[in-house]
Amino acid sequence: MNHLTLPPKQGLYDPKHEHDACGVGFVANIHGKKSHQLVEQGLKILENLTHRGAVGADPLAGDGAGILIQMPDSFLRDHTQKLGFSLPPAGEYGVGSVFLPQDPIERQTVEKLFAQMVQEEGQTLLGWRDVPVDSSGLGESVKKVEPFIRQIFVGRGATTADQQSFERKLFVIRKRVEHGVTALELNQGSMFYVPSFSSRTLIYKGMLLAHQVGEFYLDLRDPSMVTALALVHQRFSTNTFPTWDLAHPFRMIAHNGEINTLRGNVNWMAARRHALSSVALGDDLKKLWPLIDEGQSDSASFDNALELLVAGGYPLAQAMTLLIPEAWAGNPLMDEERRAYYEYHAALMEPWDGPAAVAFTDGRQIGATLDRNGLRPARYQLTKDGTILMASEMGVLDFPQDQIIKKWRLQPGKMLLIDLEEGRIIDDAELKRTLAQEHPYREWLAKTQLRLEELPPASQQAPENVRSTLLDRQQAFGFTQEDLKFLMTPMAATGQEAIGSMGDDTPLAVLSNKPRPLYQYFRQLFAQVTNPPIDPIREELVMSLVSFLGPRPNLLAVDTQNPQPRLEVHQPVLSIEDMEKIRSIHDLTQGTFRSTELSICFSANSGAKGMETALKAVCAEAESKVGEGFNVIILSDRAVSESMAPIPALLATAAVHHHLVQTGLRTSAGLVIETGSAREVHHFACLAGYGAEAIHPYLAFETIGDMGEYLPADLEHYEACKRFIKAVSKGLLKVMSKMGISTYQSYCGAQIFEAVGLNSEFVSHYFRGTSSNVEGIGLTEVAEEVLRLHRIAYSDAPLYRDSLDPGGDYAYRIRGEAHMWTPESISKLQNATRTGSFSTYKEYAKAINTQATELLTLRGLFEIRKVAEPIPLSEVESAKEIVKRFATGAMSLGSISHEAHSTLAIAMNRMGGKSNTGEGGEDPIRFKPMESGDSMRSAIKQVAAGRFGVTTEYLVNADDLQIKMAQGAKPGEGGQLPGHKVSKYIAKIRHSVPGVGLISPPPHHDIYSIEDLAQLIHDLKNVNPRARVSVKLVSEVGVGTVAAGVSKAHADHVTISGHDGGTGASPLSSVKFAGSPWELGLAETQQTLVLNQLRSRICVQADGQMKTGRDVVIAALLGADEFGFATAPLVVQGCIMMRKCHLNTCPVGIATQDPELIKRFAGQPEHVINFFFFVAEEVREYMAQMGFRTFDEMIGRADMLDTRQGVEHWKAKGLDFSRIFYRPSVPAGTSLRWTDRQDHGLDKALDHTLIAAAEPALERKEPVQISTTIRNLNRTFGAMLSGEVAKRYGHAGLPEDTIHVKVSGIAGQSFGAFLAHGISLELQGEANDYVGKGLSGGRIVIYPPSECPIKPEDNIIVGNTVLYGAINGEAYFRGVAGERFAVRNSGATAVVEGVGDHGCEYMTGGTVVVLGQSGRNFAAGMSGGVAYVLDEAGDFAHRCNLAMVELEPVPAEASLTDGDELESHGKVDVKHLGTEDAVLLKRLIENHARYTGSSRAREILDRWNEMLPRFVKVMPMEYRRALQELAAEHAAGLSSAAVQ
Amino acid sequence: MGKVTGFLEVERVEPASLPPAERVKFYREFSLDLSEKDLRNQGSRCMDCGIPFCQTGCPVNNIIPDWNDLVYHGRWQEAVETLHSTNNFPEFTGRICPAPCEASCVLNINSKAVTIKNIEHTIIDKAWENGWVKPIIAPHKTGKKVAVIGSGPAGLAAAQQLARTGHDVVIYEKNDRIGGLLRYGIPDFKMEKHLIDRRLEQLRAEGVEFRTQQHVGVNVNAQDLLAEYDALILSGGSEHPRDLPVPGRELEGVHFAMNFLPQQNKRVAGDEIPNQLTAHGKHVVVIGGGDTGSDCVGTSIRQGALSVTQFELMSRPPEEENRPLTWPNWPMRLRTSSSQEEGCERDWAVGTKAFLGENGKLKKLRANRVDWSKDPVSGQMKMTEIAGSEFEIPADLVLLAMGYVHPVQTGLLQQLGVSLDGRGNVSANTDSYQTSVAKVFSAGDMRRGQSLVVWAIREGRQCARAVDEFLMGSTNLPR
Repeated sequence: MNHLTLPPKQGLYDPKHEHDACGVGFVANIHGKKSHQLVEQGLKILENLTHRGAVGADPLAGDGAGILIQMPDSFLRDHTQKLGFSLPPAGEYGVGSVFLPQDPIERQTVEKLFAQMVQEEGQTLLGWRDVPVDSSGLGESVKKVEPFIRQIFVGRGATTADQQSFERKLFVIRKRVEHGVTALELNQGSMFYVPSFSSRTLIYKGMLLAHQVGEFYLDLRDPSMVTALALVHQRFSTNTFPTWDLAHPFRMIAHNGEINTLRGNVNWMAARRHALSSVALGDDLKKLWPLIDEGQSDSASFDNALELLVAGGYPLAQAMTLLIPEAWAGNPLMDEERRAYYEYHAALMEPWDGPAAVAFTDGRQIGATLDRNGLRPARYQLTKDGTILMASEMGVLDFPQDQIIKKWRLQPGKMLLIDLEEGRIIDDAELKRTLAQEHPYREWLAKTQLRLEELPPASQQAPENVRSTLLDRQQAFGFTQEDLKFLMTPMAATGQEAIGSMGDDTPLAVLSNKPRPLYQYFRQLFAQVTNPPIDPIREELVMSLVSFLGPRPNLLAVDTQNPQPRLEVHQPVLSIEDMEKIRSIHDLTQGTFRSTELSICFSANSGAKGMETALKAVCAEAESKVGEGFNVIILSDRAVSESMAPIPALLATAAVHHHLVQTGLRTSAGLVIETGSAREVHHFACLAGYGAEAIHPYLAFETIGDMGEYLPADLEHYEACKRFIKAVSKGLLKVMSKMGISTYQSYCGAQIFEAVGLNSEFVSHYFRGTSSNVEGIGLTEVAEEVLRLHRIAYSDAPLYRDSLDPGGDYAYRIRGEAHMWTPESISKLQNATRTGSFSTYKEYAKAINTQATELLTLRGLFEIRKVAEPIPLSEVESAKEIVKRFATGAMSLGSISHEAHSTLAIAMNRMGGKSNTGEGGEDPIRFKPMESGDSMRSAIKQVAAGRFGVTTEYLVNADDLQIKMAQGAKPGEGGQLPGHKVSKYIAKIRHSVPGVGLISPPPHHDIYSIEDLAQLIHDLKNVNPRARVSVKLVSEVGVGTVAAGVSKAHADHVTISGHDGGTGASPLSSVKFAGSPWELGLAETQQTLVLNQLRSRICVQADGQMKTGRDVVIAALLGADEFGFATAPLVVQGCIMMRKCHLNTCPVGIATQDPELIKRFAGQPEHVINFFFFVAEEVREYMAQMGFRTFDEMIGRADMLDTRQGVEHWKAKGLDFSRIFYRPSVPAGTSLRWTDRQDHGLDKALDHTLIAAAEPALERKEPVQISTTIRNLNRTFGAMLSGEVAKRYGHAGLPEDTIHVKVSGIAGQSFGAFLAHGISLELQGEANDYVGKGLSGGRIVIYPPSECPIKPEDNIIVGNTVLYGAINGEAYFRGVAGERFAVRNSGATAVVEGVGDHGCEYMTGGTVVVLGQSGRNFAAGMSGGVAYVLDEAGDFAHRCNLAMVELEPVPAEASLTDGDELESHGKVDVKHLGTEDAVLLKRLIENHARYTGSSRAREILDRWNEMLPRFVKVMPMEYRRALQELAAEHAAGLSSAAVQ
Repeated sequence: MGKVTGFLEVERVEPASLPPAERVKFYREFSLDLSEKDLRNQGSRCMDCGIPFCQTGCPVNNIIPDWNDLVYHGRWQEAVETLHSTNNFPEFTGRICPAPCEASCVLNINSKAVTIKNIEHTIIDKAWENGWVKPIIAPHKTGKKVAVIGSGPAGLAAAQQLARTGHDVVIYEKNDRIGGLLRYGIPDFKMEKHLIDRRLEQLRAEGVEFRTQQHVGVNVNAQDLLAEYDALILSGGSEHPRDLPVPGRELEGVHFAMNFLPQQNKRVAGDEIPNQLTAHGKHVVVIGGGDTGSDCVGTSIRQGALSVTQFELMSRPPEEENRPLTWPNWPMRLRTSSSQEEGCERDWAVGTKAFLGENGKLKKLRANRVDWSKDPVSGQMKMTEIAGSEFEIPADLVLLAMGYVHPVQTGLLQQLGVSLDGRGNVSANTDSYQTSVAKVFSAGDMRRGQSLVVWAIREGRQCARAVDEFLMGSTNLPR
């Protein structure tokens, strides 16, 4: 379906990459009491969620908003009466809210179609009503596409039994009309859309701003318009092509979040078409297909699936649990029945996986559920009169506090349901219990569930390939020496994937002279901004690798008494034994399952044609075997021999998978791949992504068997294979989680890849739905690659007689793969910059630029056009100006030495460019100029997910604040600085303890969506309004759309990094296979921003293997304003690409913290400056040839690029760059570069008042008291004031409590963010998410209003992700906090009366006291600091992640020592060692009682001796060791001298 | 790689040698092997660089990190396989190569290079000791015939590669023994000749036929060969020496090094040399500071010279190079060869003016000092004589070791009529190695001019690949 106003696919822009996120909410009367007030309140919620939406270039064009209400019977009755038709009793008529073409003739055509379908389905058309609208407030761009809005009224037909059947009929009519309109191909067909069609609910929505909904739809103002529920939604779309139909709510849901696995979910829905049957729908089922239209948003598709399930007979809540199940597999706390319920349903439906808060309703029930990760906020409040409010944040409606009886939140995987007919709230426990007891699921499972690992061993053995040697077969599948050395050996030996460093400077597969496995043409996609990646290690409990091998049960067999058997594996990599079981599955299961083996080899001398024929035959055979009743299909390439070559397993898998999807048979059989080709994680991920339910890598196992001495001597083959499988499993979890996907079942077939270098004919045939933007090779060349390998395998070539191809991908080898960094290019560059020789530099640049003999990059194939009359070089902008556009890349102190880091900073500061701190803070000494006049201050301060060293002082000392969403070398992944690298110096800067490892989480825990990003941008801008806020993204398909969203989120700057950028340590498969070249991402970004008219607001930087002036020129022509370089300046400083950064052994003193090695560092700022000036000079020469006098003229001029002529490379000749060079046609005057500034709306900040009132404190350190009120629209309270403090007084700030602010009301997000030392915020009321983010010494106290009758310790007081990245300071919350409390806390002290899941995650320092219940996965990844948890029920250990911590009692302490060290100011908490625990704990609880008036604290203190033993101390093991060492050192008197 | 921190823990240790006073008493090799443990430790110093500069520093592109690691782990047999995959004759290069690989070793940036050469030497010696070096006999014969003219390292490498891929190869050698420069240019104390003989056994077993005392262009007609063979490889070396045409050049006692050195090698081999030119009891002056000069020094000392003086025209190079600017290239710096250690006077920036004699016999040498400066215009180094610096020293024997200008152009080259390049070498590029005459290829010093043995091996291998491709249309031989 086309969407109104969405531009068609053009250049690299593709509407399918649209993302959205948003604010969602509902208000309802649980007793079903209808009122107009609820409509008004719904609209009010929308207005108060405005900051969660966005506007594009047209300030009057919103991204969409809407409201869903119950059928307003009397209102409609009155109005239809006036139109001359009357309605049957409520419930016996349905109303369709319909968007129609403006063109009257086309409109009539659609209406006629409606009439026809209503009649054909046996219902009665009652009439139509024009919906009155006032479009005067709409923006021009919106008006242009405004549809004609009417309501259709349909009466229940005589043969339709009841209202439920009537709803089904309305659904069928709607689907048939939709299909019919699509077939008509109307000119204005894209205007047609049916927002709702039901006898119970009615929707008003459109491409509107939040406040416009009530203004536009006159109906909503009518007091007779009443409802008992109002579901509203405000959308934030990444692009500014929002459309009328993409607005929420949909017919049954409103969704905040993103379905990551959409492609797979849509495919799987299509795949079961023929396997579906439904008692409820009967023959109508067939009329629904295609159920989900291509190109719909994830939410719309989800809505379609939900509609089907409900129409098929599932109760609403049950249907929701099918689509968004709780994490049951790894949850030991879940009761047996509920687990059985989920486990049973898992085989029916793969989860629609991704961050989601979904509110749903059918008009009788309304509810909401949260995904298993709880990655979206959803809070609710209940009043005495039965009004329930659920919304993304609180404060959206002002209920009198004395009326509120409950304040709570939705928890991960949990559901809230209100039954308006029963007039009550059904909580998650009751709801799930009822569902779980509906059927004897445990019995059913016992009867039907077959786990492969539990089946007895098969009697037969694997067929041995006697015709070929191991070496021949390894060669036939393209194994290299490096595969064995770098990839497989560590996997088999340690069960871990290998780590490497620096970036990827080898050619893309399509540019390589060597035959490359097909896998390498696929690049892994990853989450950035619009959805978060997951930490598969620390948050393992949400992950699952369970895979189903056999046929899937009928999804719509709702009330079956005879469930189908299912075959499952706990993870998809099959061992030798498992594979034999599959082969013998018929015998092992008494015929329940029948497997059949199809060979995917083809005759080597039949060439490409032969391969194609074989592929077709395999597909046909698979189809017929399924027809014969085989339900496990094994695709095997074991038959490879001198005469038979293997079809690439990936190709065969995808071909058979898609063939079975298209024939609707896919869910009738499982697909098992037995292949010699799979040997590294990426291979398995590709096979999974294209439909393999299980994979048996037989040749990898044989190879491991042959490794002999390379593996530890005592390692048995069985154990080595097991470790290999474990490494692959972990790797798969990592690949899935980097896209934010939790379950293998959803990942399977989800096609989370983009193709680079495959032509669209090939892709659309075999890998349908995968993006491929530069064309490339097709089936013929794929076959040629296979055959070349096959020839090598079976030839006499001396090099291959006894050994594998050297590879040369991970380390340079003369006979190996080509590299950009070669001995020649490195030595030339070093020589040029050390001697100042431009001519030597040009030799270097020539080697990089021309790529005469070996193709290396896409841009190497570009030609830069010249004008007939070049301008004199002297007229071109000076190099001095150009170098200001240059920045060095984000490399942390830690990954590189202080010497290397500061040399870069000095160089960049001297020339007016920018250096980047990287993650991990900066020594405050560097903020002050040096005596020499130089400065070591990095102009760009990075804010990464770990938030190490991100203090308020750090933020105010920046010109740019860069939010690192992803890193080219390992997008979607976190990092880890092992304890041995955390020196005292590094620990000091990172505010951590020396010797304790530091984990950077994969996501920013305050960015799970685009509107969260907008919030962080707002936070940072508040702290330092002068700095540009930058967002660093990594190139992948769809990045342009994300960049557009980033621009709309008010970032001033965006960086597009290539996949090939460097790293200090990363899994090798991530270095190689995630992300895409910057040429693609940058061009897509430029095109999308220009198309959106958003380009002028944002400065675009490109980086990733940027090496020469030509690279800069190409990036500029493709749309970059600025340029980042990292590896090249390191090479200038002496780096010789050891690729050993992760080992701390850098022999040139760059990537090391070893003092001995650092002595070898020989880099000098002058060399770096030489390099950048050489680059600029080279740029000028190109500019002269193109006739550009100023750099600005060059930006975005992709028309100056062309494809290099005469490239005869056997693979690269198929590439087509027209989409990269595409320039969208836009109105004259549309800016192609950065010319404007963002409006951050800072003028509205309450902090201006605070700053004015705090003047005596700021200027003279005089204490001040300030009072103010606050509401949810007042976000980031206190941050700007803190920035002012930090600017004047640094991190030390002001004396305690100098500025005391008393606040009342419901605070917006980020209350007290980056609060500086000396500021105290005391809030009476409650707060939303991100309280105390980055707390830098201040104190935050929050307690509920005294008039509120709730019991504070049972109610929520602050939202999610509180104290994220806190450095130090204190916080006291009288009430319960949401999920991820004190995540990444470095040193703050906090007391709270309960926390949600993942409390104290990744904490490295500080003290947390929990005086109540804590959620699951407490202390995951916690390496430092201490938590004291009151564990009255004695079950805390089950909810604590014990991987890194130990639980111990709090030792009673008699003596009360003089403790001035209660507040930790980054000092070592020696007190945590156990001598003063009880004292500390008691004092904190006393503070809590004093500051918040907590009765809970009072009670505990009153019964102290009785309560103390019930506290559990959570002690990280590494932290204890480090503290003991420090204490010992201290005792030895070394401490003060060494810590400097 | 074997040991991540090996380079930080283990010092570079080179094998010791017998002291000069002892070793000058004989003509055998005199280096003392490291213990296996010590040698393996030296292997652990290799950092397995992401970019092994040593590999490109090495003309045959030895895959040095791989075999360093194998040696560290004591996997000698695999090490020799890896070594042989790039180098046909590591026992030659492991002894006499100046080791440009070590100059480009990443450790050489700011520390001491891995002892690559010694490791190579040990790998191949161990392989011979253990009988791991075996003939590799071609599985199929192609029926193509190739003649290789000149049996130095380039010719031998080419012949071996071609034989192993199934061609019939005949080597023509003008001397009485096979080996060219290896045999008669390099003294035994640097490389003992039985090493060549056992390699020749391998070649013979692989099907290479040797024809000695066949001086093509002199006693064998080149055109006949052209008619008989499918391809010819010219690998006759660069044997035309640079002369010093100053007054007195004709005096008895002024000789080219290559008149002097081969006689001693033949004698060591057991030949009778009537009237051998010897340094015994003479004041010897060696002119030329290169490897050949050193060989003359070492030989003269062993023969019992009264004194040995070595002159070099260029200035004395610095003791230590400026490594940030020279690495990874071969640096100019002061080097002392083992022969020079054995006792000789070295003098730099000396230009020979005349040879003075009595009765046609050399008695003295007159020289002066020169100064080198960079021409501000051309940037080239320019030599000026320093006025009044003239001096004389006694000399009974002067050995001219100033290099070779190009191959001998008469005879073979003339008969074939191959084109020469600007420097007088046979013209052929390093892709096809084809000369201007169809079917005729050239490799080694004859094509590239005087160079190292390791370059000759490289060219021989690459030329073999080109010839195979020429003969068969495609080739499996590595470059």
